[in-house]
Amino acid sequence: MWEYTDKVKEHFINPRNVGEIENPDGVGEVGSLACGDALKLTLKVDENNRILDAKFKTFGCASAIASSSALTEMVIGKTIEEARQITNEHIAEYLGGLPKEKMHCSVMGHEALEKAIACFLEEPEKKPEGNLVCECFGVTDVQIEKAITEHTLKSIEEITNYIKAGGGCGNCHEKIQEIIDEVTGSHHDKPPKPKRLTNIEKIKLIQETLDREIKPALKQDGGDIQLVDVDGDRVLVKLTGTCASCAMSQITLKDYVESKLKELVTNTLVVEEVSA
Amino acid sequence: MKPIYVDNNATTQVAPEVVDEMLPYFSQFYGNPSSMHTFGGNVAMKIKEARAKVAELLGAQPEEIVFTSCGTESDSTAIWAALRGNPERRHLITSKVEHPAVKNLAEYLSRHGYRVTFVPVDGKGNLDIDYLYDHLSDDTALVSLMWANNETGVIFPVEEIAAKAHARGIVFHTDAVQAVGKIPISLANNRVDMLSLSGHKLHAPKGVGTLYVRRGTKFAPFLLGGHQERGRRGGTENVASIIGLGKAAEMAADHMAEENQKVQALRDKLENELLARIPNAMVNGDRENRLPNTTSIAFEFVEGEAILLLMDEFNICASSGSACTSGSLEPSHVLRAMDVPFTSAHGSIRFSLSVYNTEAEIDLIIDKLPPIIERLRKMSPFWSQSSAACKVAG
Repeated sequence: MWEYTDKVKEHFINPRNVGEIENPDGVGEVGSLACGDALKLTLKVDENNRILDAKFKTFGCASAIASSSALTEMVIGKTIEEARQITNEHIAEYLGGLPKEKMHCSVMGHEALEKAIACFLEEPEKKPEGNLVCECFGVTDVQIEKAITEHTLKSIEEITNYIKAGGGCGNCHEKIQEIIDEVTGSHHDKPPKPKRLTNIEKIKLIQETLDREIKPALKQDGGDIQLVDVDGDRVLVKLTGTCASCAMSQITLKDYVESKLKELVTNTLVVEEVSA
Repeated sequence: MKPIYVDNNATTQVAPEVVDEMLPYFSQFYGNPSSMHTFGGNVAMKIKEARAKVAELLGAQPEEIVFTSCGTESDSTAIWAALRGNPERRHLITSKVEHPAVKNLAEYLSRHGYRVTFVPVDGKGNLDIDYLYDHLSDDTALVSLMWANNETGVIFPVEEIAAKAHARGIVFHTDAVQAVGKIPISLANNRVDMLSLSGHKLHAPKGVGTLYVRRGTKFAPFLLGGHQERGRRGGTENVASIIGLGKAAEMAADHMAEENQKVQALRDKLENELLARIPNAMVNGDRENRLPNTTSIAFEFVEGEAILLLMDEFNICASSGSACTSGSLEPSHVLRAMDVPFTSAHGSIRFSLSVYNTEAEIDLIIDKLPPIIERLRKMSPFWSQSSAACKVAG
């Protein structure tokens, strides 16, 4: 069960301003059935650019409905210029916060508002810039970069929570990670594979490869590895953490650790486990 | 207010008879079944009885029963044992609609040196058996298939597939967590090598499960330790829960046919009435080939979590076929594998009944749910024809 604030629950159970304004002055539609949520916002604006009325129709979870309801309450009575200052964080704040997995609901509200205002001002529709990354939810690289910078997002999961990218089939996870690495500057080039290595170079490179490539991967499964010794082409290692007790450790060692070292250091290496 | 609990594929109420059977084994007869003294030995006798009752329910021999801590442990133990028993074989087959206990382990194995075939299902959730048979090879170590699906209740023909796999020297494991106690199982009459069950799905407590291991099957323990479970699962026995599971198994064996008739009648009533009263609703899964207690119903143009939370206002406990609640935004992998259209996949609700449900409860759901769906549809931009559109050209 989600930990929704009382205000989210209240807006979900008793949503304000449900429906559609006849002959609206501004319409903003975002989302789709495939996405799992969608919002249609209609606005009535007077001659002084003040929002007289706002109504919504939403398909989505409780927090999507609550965010839409909150949005209409927030904009009614405001001028278009004032309404433009509203961000998704303001919507979330208004509701006393949203679970982090549900932040995209407030983002949806903000996007619908932007569109409705653009519609009212007869601004041409902004086409999403950039190349499509997440096909499931139609998110581009530019949108992902923007989200990373604006909300200081660090992981694929966080990006999914905000703009849904990567929340579907998962095929784009690699691309998203590349974008994160680029934007946050943690990208590192793979060192070119040296042709002939001295013993010291070899040991250094093995240690570097373990630290950079192999340890982080094993740690995802709760394991770890230590370099014990290098004897010619024999790489002696010790598996620790869950790897030590894992029935699959021999497979990990041969299929993953050894092949990675062969690929990145030199292809004659043989990895052996020494007992603790 | 007593909950109207129709989420029995998630967990079940522990039967009062089961609780009664368990209680003395906490503070009165708390001996360790491995001890030499009579005080502990008496507990060992009770575990032996429980083992016999579980074996009886499955049509198995008592020595083929290994008690574990849960369904997931049983699944993991079975899969690792099959792979380690056949180290030269590097391929396993499972389905696209398995419970995460099998699915996530299979995906892990596919990243760690194994080839894994995920067999697809059709629109009704039935397994593509030809696809499975086409992928059996001399490299296949294991076929692991659920007996019945937790979301739709659809039953797989595991006995037929087990025979085929067995004939080729391939170990066959089934996650029967949803099937045990709901459909008759006789392991003496099929070629299933290993079977997982979970206590809390059949009115025993959480924290106890069983792995059936056919005599003669190569086995390696998952938990190494003491000699408990004849060396197949180390760790002091969860005595009271095992005794509870024995009682639950005995009750299931005695009453299965009669109870299922009652449960199925209630399920059918619920399903038929909801379909009759709510337009644009359809059943996910093969109605002719599924568990008697389960129905997954898709309500078009509304979203599952919103339905669940509005039902929660009436203390109706069901579950969403949409994985929204688990953080992912896509519908569940089961409904996706069945190609359930997006219009309805997000609004799928699973009702799973038990013998403790009453007709009055079902009537209440039939009464309360249609207005909930109607209310959400009125709010949905996809339900009614909408006229308003932005006049500005894009």
